[in-house]
Amino acid sequence: MTENALKHTLGDKMMIELSGVNKWYGEFHVLKDINLSVRQGERIVLCGPSGSGKSTTIRCINRLEEHQQGRIVVDGVELTSDLKHIEAIRREVGMVFQHFNLFPHLTVLQNCTLAPMWVRNMPKKEADEVAMHYLNRVRIPEQANKYPGQLSGGQQQRVAIARALCMKPKIMLFDEPTSALDPEMVKEVLDTMIQLAESGMTMLCVTHEMGFARTVADRVIFMDKGEIIEQAPPEAFFSNPQNERTKTFLGQILNH
Amino acid sequence: MQNPASEPSRRGSMMTDPKVRAWVFQILAIGAVLGIGWYLFHNTQANLAQRGITSGFAFLNNPAGFGILQSLIDYTEGDTYGRVFVVGLLNTLLVSVLGIFIATIVGFVVGVARLSPNWLISRLAALYIEIFRNIPPLLQIFFWYFAVLRAMPPPRDSHALGETVFLNIRGLYLPSPTPAEGFWAFIVALVIAIAGCVALARWARVRHENTGRYFPVLWASLGILVVVPALFALVAGSPFHWSVPELTGFNFRGGWVVIPELVAITLALSIYTAAFIAEIVRAGIQAVSHGQTEAARSLGLRPGHILRLVIIPQALRVIIPPLTSQYLNLVKNSSLAAAIGYPDLVSVFAGTVLNQTGQAIETIAITMSVYLAISLSISLLMNWYNKRIALVER
Ligand SMILES: Nc1ncnc2c1ncn2[C@@H]1O[C@H](COP(=O)(O)OP(=O)(O)OP(=O)(O)O)[C@@H](O)[C@H]1O
Ligand SMILES: [Mg+2]
Repeated sequence: MTENALKHTLGDKMMIELSGVNKWYGEFHVLKDINLSVRQGERIVLCGPSGSGKSTTIRCINRLEEHQQGRIVVDGVELTSDLKHIEAIRREVGMVFQHFNLFPHLTVLQNCTLAPMWVRNMPKKEADEVAMHYLNRVRIPEQANKYPGQLSGGQQQRVAIARALCMKPKIMLFDEPTSALDPEMVKEVLDTMIQLAESGMTMLCVTHEMGFARTVADRVIFMDKGEIIEQAPPEAFFSNPQNERTKTFLGQILNH
Repeated sequence: MQNPASEPSRRGSMMTDPKVRAWVFQILAIGAVLGIGWYLFHNTQANLAQRGITSGFAFLNNPAGFGILQSLIDYTEGDTYGRVFVVGLLNTLLVSVLGIFIATIVGFVVGVARLSPNWLISRLAALYIEIFRNIPPLLQIFFWYFAVLRAMPPPRDSHALGETVFLNIRGLYLPSPTPAEGFWAFIVALVIAIAGCVALARWARVRHENTGRYFPVLWASLGILVVVPALFALVAGSPFHWSVPELTGFNFRGGWVVIPELVAITLALSIYTAAFIAEIVRAGIQAVSHGQTEAARSLGLRPGHILRLVIIPQALRVIIPPLTSQYLNLVKNSSLAAAIGYPDLVSVFAGTVLNQTGQAIETIAITMSVYLAISLSISLLMNWYNKRIALVER
């Protein structure tokens, strides 16, 4: 097994802390006593079978879903029903979705400047500059004045990443960012994410791209049926999984 | 042209070329329409001549000799049929404009309420929609006219609002303004205030772009619109004399009267059409995928901004086309006014004038053209707006 190619030292600061988090959809127990801490600069890959609660977990972190029991603290702020806290946390946490969710009525540039202008009250000129900076980083500055509908899937996902980065977040959440893409576009998005990891961003990624997990992750977490079953650095996780369910899952996912 | 069957054989080989074929069919179609039109015209001409009715539009200059319940321009019995046409047209336009205005506001409010997370509000909105959408509009007009407005007390026992507004069986009586010494100063003040609001909005937008800071434009504008004219009125004197309706004998004098026929038709059509508009608005908002709201939320945008900057601009594209056809329906349904004697275009022109003159072809043709022109104008306007906001796709 290759070493984590992007080895780095982690900060001491806790960016995300979930302790004893439980969540139900009616009778259905989706999240069962989730405990998870993420340090500043840490890169975590979350995997597991469909329906295991991966999306629900990361969506609780920016309150797209509400947890019913336990504590979630993000960058020192506890998530409660207090709108001030929710807004403060959402400003610091960027999210990238499986289906991009770009705003189709706005140009690429406007997609990127909307939140900085209306949430951070940034002057338009400055917002434009920030947007162009990040569009350069995801390598599509020439598409700035096109509409999302005119771009390929891979380009759209890179715009979505740039849009989130324009808010200068401290944490980035990714929910299967490459699973809606054609195979030839997966690489361009993963490259962008690797580059982001190199810059020291705290990242929590739900993905089944095991190559990405190997090169980038500090820790891989396996979830099943709403529980965290196993977590380990990628070398240990892939070469020596402890739990039967992890082995079965890895067997399925690495064999095709 | 007269014998289409011979066409294909004559041009046999060329018919395989799709361009030629398209042209041939278009020409054949136009020929057929012209032919049928000419036949109908010729036939009617002959019939009219037989019955001794002269055709043409000269009758429009003849005196009408009947009164009209409501006219927005001066009209007396001695005026011409041409003027009757204008009076009817204006009455139709009045109902249409009032109806479209009220129906749009009520429809948007009910449509948004229908999606409210508040159980009671959304049920009430649903109830409104189900009731008014499912009762024939004519019946609703009868309801407002006969069951509500005709059941109002006689003038002596009017329902009064602060001794200035009165409602009775003869209609709704409102105070009416007439220009006074401060009138022109008031107009000037209004123009200045409006210009001030426009300038303020522009300044606020530029400032938001430059510094990122907001300015409460709406409240400030409202303030300007009240304060500036008030100051001018203080200096130059009151802009209007108000003529308040007063009970003299058995009826009211002075003020404005809104006849019950107008109230009934406007209420019925706006409430009926609003039910459909509410459903269109609800569907439009729901057509914007939930992912859009989630993306906006995850960026930290507030609910009000999400609605204004993300949801509504996308929902409008879904809403505009069916909204257009609701506007057209309302305009066409305004001809139901004839049933309660509201003097709209159909009632006075395609009704009374046609009966008195016997000029059926001309009156019907004019009336149809008018409706066609109104409908086409609305469609063109709405299509233009829809094009302007259309999404750019690959
Ligand atoms: N709004 C909801 N109402 C009821 N059940 C839900 C809801 N959202 C998710 N679930 C259920 O919760 C479980 C966990 O869903 P979640 O989306 O977190 O799974 P996931 O691990 O992300 O799966 P996938 O790999 O398919 O995305 C699933 O069984 C799902 O059916
Ligand atoms: Mg998921």
